[in-house]
Order: sequence, then structure tokens, then C-alpha cells
Amino acid sequence: MGKRVGIEVSIAIAEAVKLARAEVIAAYPITPQTHIVEHLSEIIANGELDAEFITVESEHAAMSCCCGSSAAGARTYTATSSQGLALMSEILYHPGPMRLPIVMTVANRALAAPISIWNDHQDIMAQRDIGWIQTFAENGQEAVDLTLHAFRVAEDRKVSLPVIVNIDGFTLSHVIEPIVIPDQEEVDAYLPAFKPRVRLDVKKPVTMGPVGIPEVYTEAKMAHNEAIKASKRVILQGWKEFAEIFGREYNPVETYRSEDAEVLLVTMGSISETAMTAVDAMRDKGTSVGLVRIRLWRPFPGPEFRKAAGKASVLAVIDRCLPPGAVCGPVGAELRSIFYKMPGAPKIFSFVAGLGGRDVTVELFEEIVDKARAYAKKRPTELYEVIGVRER
Amino acid sequence: MAQIDAIVGWKDLPFGCHVYEPGSTAKFRTGDWRSQRPVLDKEKCIRCGMCWVFCPDMCYSQTEEGYFEANMEYCKGCGICAHECPKDAITMVPEED
Repeated sequence: MGKRVGIEVSIAIAEAVKLARAEVIAAYPITPQTHIVEHLSEIIANGELDAEFITVESEHAAMSCCCGSSAAGARTYTATSSQGLALMSEILYHPGPMRLPIVMTVANRALAAPISIWNDHQDIMAQRDIGWIQTFAENGQEAVDLTLHAFRVAEDRKVSLPVIVNIDGFTLSHVIEPIVIPDQEEVDAYLPAFKPRVRLDVKKPVTMGPVGIPEVYTEAKMAHNEAIKASKRVILQGWKEFAEIFGREYNPVETYRSEDAEVLLVTMGSISETAMTAVDAMRDKGTSVGLVRIRLWRPFPGPEFRKAAGKASVLAVIDRCLPPGAVCGPVGAELRSIFYKMPGAPKIFSFVAGLGGRDVTVELFEEIVDKARAYAKKRPTELYEVIGVRER
Repeated sequence: MAQIDAIVGWKDLPFGCHVYEPGSTAKFRTGDWRSQRPVLDKEKCIRCGMCWVFCPDMCYSQTEEGYFEANMEYCKGCGICAHECPKDAITMVPEED
């Protein structure tokens, strides 16, 4: 049944990768992800995991190695953050269309400038359309569970796509939490050995990653897009079987006290737990407020989100990313699109908060809800608002 | 445009856009990209094979007489052979002429 221990979330993720029996790990250390791959290198050096740990000279090389090892048929894992993810960017676009099921943890962190090692979602939002399946964890247990789920989904022969599990840097990566570390037998039952549809083999030569001339490129992009859309069925099945074996249930979108709520907060990642506390506090004061948390970011679960939002009249969406010059944050833009001209669609207000490690507190959520309720009566002049910013 | 057998709908593209037939790039004739062609002066040629060594498209092959000849179905007219020739025996000539 697994064992509940107090453990740093990064170490627990490394243990999950070990339980998943990863065969190749190519990684470069970068804060706040370092503890994950550091612990994995120890596990391998101690002979506890029969895997190849490739120490590379950069994240660009790390992802290149991952593409090669996945193409050769090895279960492949890496982890990165922020500037490292940005340095990987060129290679990140390859494994999706090439159908290489790499699993990566991204410990989300702000991007320079100014230099910041602290948490927000700007690193991953710059890479949101690289064509990987992407999930966001709310706590340490989820980080472990989503890692196992990631391997299961990525390597399913119907899917065969890379997966990113996003965890908030420091807020999750460096915090000690009580986490159930599953038993090896349970993980083995959940996660069969990797049997790739195609792999590099000198006896059966194959060229991966050839040129796509104009007559082919559009079709190749379409095939990749359809594959990632179709992966949702396997993602849901993977969570269903996870619940049967491990007893913990996951959905693409989760709600908290959302029934009959007039205003719904919308969050992604670890601030969702603070948001639940904020909802309780506001409910105690008689405010009709609930919460919707997005766990699956790509493919975006549009129908599930619309169902979760229910009959709420106001959505207050929190983005931990400020895209300069854009109309609003990426989550806000996504939600406005899926509700556009829908009959009975809620009014959607977009807020930017929690940049570069700034805490998103219960009080800040209360401020957001108050503002959203006011804007529902009197339309704001801007399409989004940065919350908690000092004016002078 | 070069003729290829990849003109198919997205549902019929090979998984991951992989190519399963070794050496199939030979079917992709790229000679029509060329605006200049290499012309060899056999008087000057010493048959050293530097053109064959440096050709990035590997379109040079040796004839029975020992000279090296570029295959115009693949030569893109880059001029590297002419640049590398130690005897200036290769001249790049515009295709229009």
C-alpha cells in the first residue's frame, strides 16, 4: 500500500523516477530543480537503479541526449527550470512530432531579466506550445503521482508523446511534505515496460527527423496536433487505473466548493491550496465563492473546464505570468476563447499575480474576488490587472 | 520541383514522419535547385579527387578514365568543388548560358 514518509518533494520525485525504472537520465543542474537529478545520480551511483546517467554540458545537450535515448527505445527522464528550459527550447519542439515519449519535470521559475530564481509560470508559458502533454501539480503527492502517470501516458503506444509535469519551484521542490511513496510492485503493475512503436535499430534502419518540405510540413503538424488531442482519452484512462491501484483520484479539472458559487477563482499549481483556504475564509464571511483548478494544461480540457465552471456568473482567473504587450495572461486568454459567444457564458476577469516568488496570500485572493465582483457590475477599462503591484 | 512519393494526406504520413527505406534520399533529385554548373577542363585536371572529397552532396563519381564527374540530377551548383580544385580546372558556368 506504499509508505507515508516526510520527504522533500524533489527527493520524492527522484524516488518516483526510480520506481518507474527509468533507463536513461540526461540532465544539467539548475535551481530549483537540482535536487531531483542530484538524488537520481546518487541512486544510480549506489546501484539502486540500473540506468545511465549522462552528465551533459547544457540543457540543449540534455534534451538532445533525451531525444536520442528515447529514439533508441530507453525509458528517458530529465528535469529542468527557467533559463535551462529556455536553453532547451530549440530541441523541445522535436520529440512531439517525432513521437518520442520523454518525461520531464519542470520546477517552474521566473525568467530573467531581472534575474530571479523564484517561482512563477513564465518559463513554461514561453514553452506552452512545444507540443508536449503538460500537467501541473498542486502538492508533493501529486508531483509523485503525476510523474508515474506521465510515464504511463507518454509511452502508451496510442500516445507516444513527451510529457512535462510542472511543479512550482521551491514552493513544492524544496518543501518537506508527508508523501506516500508507492511500493515497487504497485508501480510495476501500473507501468509496463517501454515497448516503443519504432526504435533506432541497425538491423532495421529508420531515419528519424527528416526534412519536411512544404508538401509535407502542414500534414506533419496536423498529425502531431491530432495525436495530442487524442491523448486525452489515454490521460483519463491512466488516472482511472491510477485510482484503482493507488487509491488517489485525479481529473483534468478539479473543483472546490464550486456548487452554486457566484464567483469562481481559477488557479493552476500550488497556489490552488492557498486558494482553497481563501475560499473557506470567504465562505465563512458569506461570500458565494468557489474554486476551479486546472491540472491538465495541454491538451487543454475545454469541455471539462466548461462543465466545472458550471453556472457561475463570474470567473476570476489568476495567471502567474505577465506576457508584455499581450491582451492578458495565457490562462485567461485560453478561457476567454473557450467561452466566447457561448450562451450563458460567465464574465471572465484576468489577474496576474505571484510573479518571481511573490506570495499569493489568502488576502490577495480576497482582493481578487472583491475586484471581480465589482467588475461584474462595472466593466473594467483594462483586459487584465496585475495584483499586488506597488504603484509608488 | 523535385518529384517525391511523400505527397499524402496527414492520416497516411508514416508514424512520427520517420523514413523506413534506407537510402531513399537518392529519390529526391535536387539538381533543379542549381543556378550554376561546374564545368571541368580536362587539360588542367590532375585527377586528384579533391572535388569528390569536398562535394557536400556526394554527387561526384570517378569515370573509367579516372576523371571525376558531377551528377547533374543532384548537383546544387554550390561551387565548393571549383573553390577546392588545386589546379583551377573547374569553372562555374551560369545555367542560362
